[in-house]
Amino acid sequence: MQAFLDIFDIYLLEAAINGILFGGVLALLALGLNLIFGVIDVTWICYAELIMIGMYGMYYLVSFYGVPYWVAAPMCILLVAGLGMLLHFLVIAPLLSSPPINQLLATGGVLFFLQSFATVAFGIEFHNIGIQLPVLRFGEMNFSYARLLSFAAALIGMISVYVFMKRTYTGTAIRAIAQDRQIMALMGVDTRKIYLITSALGGALAGLAACLLVLLYDVHPFIGLSIGPITFLVCVLGGLGNFVGGFVAAFVFAQIISLGGMFSDLEWGYVLAFGFFIIMMFIRPAGLLSRRS
Amino acid sequence: MNTRQLAVAIAGAMLIALPFVHRDPYHLHILILILIWSFAYTSWSMMGRFGLVSLGHGGFMGVGAYVTALLWNHLGIWPWIGIPIALVCAGALAVIVGYPCFRFRITGHYFVLVTLALSGIVLQIITATRDYTGGSLGYTPERTKGNHVLALQFDDKTTWYMIALGVWVGGLLIWRWVDRSMDRYALEAISEDEDAAAAAGVNVTWEKLKITVISALMTAFAGALYCQYQMFISPDTVSGIAVSLQMVFAAIVGGLYVALGPTVGAVITILMAEILRIGFGTKAVGWDNLIYGVLLVLFIIFLPKGILGSVLDAIRNWRRPAATPQSRAAPLGRAP
Repeated sequence: MQAFLDIFDIYLLEAAINGILFGGVLALLALGLNLIFGVIDVTWICYAELIMIGMYGMYYLVSFYGVPYWVAAPMCILLVAGLGMLLHFLVIAPLLSSPPINQLLATGGVLFFLQSFATVAFGIEFHNIGIQLPVLRFGEMNFSYARLLSFAAALIGMISVYVFMKRTYTGTAIRAIAQDRQIMALMGVDTRKIYLITSALGGALAGLAACLLVLLYDVHPFIGLSIGPITFLVCVLGGLGNFVGGFVAAFVFAQIISLGGMFSDLEWGYVLAFGFFIIMMFIRPAGLLSRRS
Repeated sequence: MNTRQLAVAIAGAMLIALPFVHRDPYHLHILILILIWSFAYTSWSMMGRFGLVSLGHGGFMGVGAYVTALLWNHLGIWPWIGIPIALVCAGALAVIVGYPCFRFRITGHYFVLVTLALSGIVLQIITATRDYTGGSLGYTPERTKGNHVLALQFDDKTTWYMIALGVWVGGLLIWRWVDRSMDRYALEAISEDEDAAAAAGVNVTWEKLKITVISALMTAFAGALYCQYQMFISPDTVSGIAVSLQMVFAAIVGGLYVALGPTVGAVITILMAEILRIGFGTKAVGWDNLIYGVLLVLFIIFLPKGILGSVLDAIRNWRRPAATPQSRAAPLGRAP
């Protein structure tokens, strides 16, 4: 028992709780991507770059123009939602009938574009929004308010998406389209409109994530490359398009990174998580919660 | 000797004679880079043309470059032995990731994202072991004090040009070999319909694994060569998603389905980057990728066969307007 307690020390608990908080943010990131994949059947490789643009939006609104954070956040969410619609309208819509790989690669082009756009327009310096939230002390453990806030906001975001999908007509139509693309058009649902709404919703979730991530990390043009892969892995681990699976996978992933990173560098946490991902792909190729065929 | 063989012979002779006629080191440097990257892009297209879109090739390239450099610096193993070891490592990595993928029928989006994880892992491992690899600051193989040939380090650009030219031609020969083999038909069948191909007696897992390993070995070799030539590698230039996407981009712009397509892609991308760099200096940082991004989207929407592929198609149609109602269906360019 004593040996167990020695291992289960206060740092481990702190890392575990931080892992849960990080998991909330990851789950939010995965939700938007899953929504797009589930409904439109495309993977936005540039999803993390949309978040990056949102983070820049927040940075400029708050630090440059002095807009209060609570006012800037909805503006930023709207901005990224608009970007999502634009992305769908300009890139995805012309490619809807071509092979899925083409759509994926085209959004890869958008990734390049947004990244270099940020480099050209904003420079490669690291920017910090300059909002210092206090640190919550609980016993000997420290948690930053920024993480708690983002966890709470991520939960609220996810619950509101859930309610929207379950309780409104548009949400029902979106879920129906996710099940059968051809038939729903015959049932009198305007698929083009639904696709645009879904893209806007996915963008809005990316915008929400941007508002939260900007509190946690400095923004720079290449931040997408560090948050992008992990988001895709979470989605695939949970099963692309499977919302509940993505949710579970986000927490599993965040725990591995947080606990693995505790023992040595944070990178090793990522290496562990990526290795876990590849192994899980072989055990459960269609996602954590899938039944084996 | 027909005209085609004659043209190949003349082009080959001109390429060999070039460094002796035109000795400008900067131009030679650009040519060497184009040849090395063409080889890398060709190796990506070996898989990509059969619908096996991999974003893990940055990982293979990183393994090739870093294993060679680490063995040389820490253990003093010559690249002549180090490169084969690096190739074995990359090949093993390809089998470890590829075999289960193909065995369990992980295709399409899933395959792309699994290979994306692969390049992510390689990048993170290089960064995490910064005590040995220098992390994101990059890594320099030590200059040799002894024999330059054994250490595969030459100061002379002409030597490097010859090596890169030889490797590039080797890549094209491998392409031709695959193109003329039975495996090509098997792989084309697989990319059309995996189940039907399996029912027709194609060993799907084995065929895919074979082309993946060939492609990975070639990519790792390109990485090792790049490292030996540049004498500086960093995780961002030889591994990670950015490099993988760069390969995809160049291959698609040039044309995936023709042997010289990736080379055309490399010429276009590298020349564009250099022209922007010289024309605008540090102001141009980011502009090349900005243009790449837009071009990539435009190409996939309007010209999925790439520049060379479309030009060859146009020539073919112009020669035989009536005989070719449709050019050969290509996986990336085909409507479902």
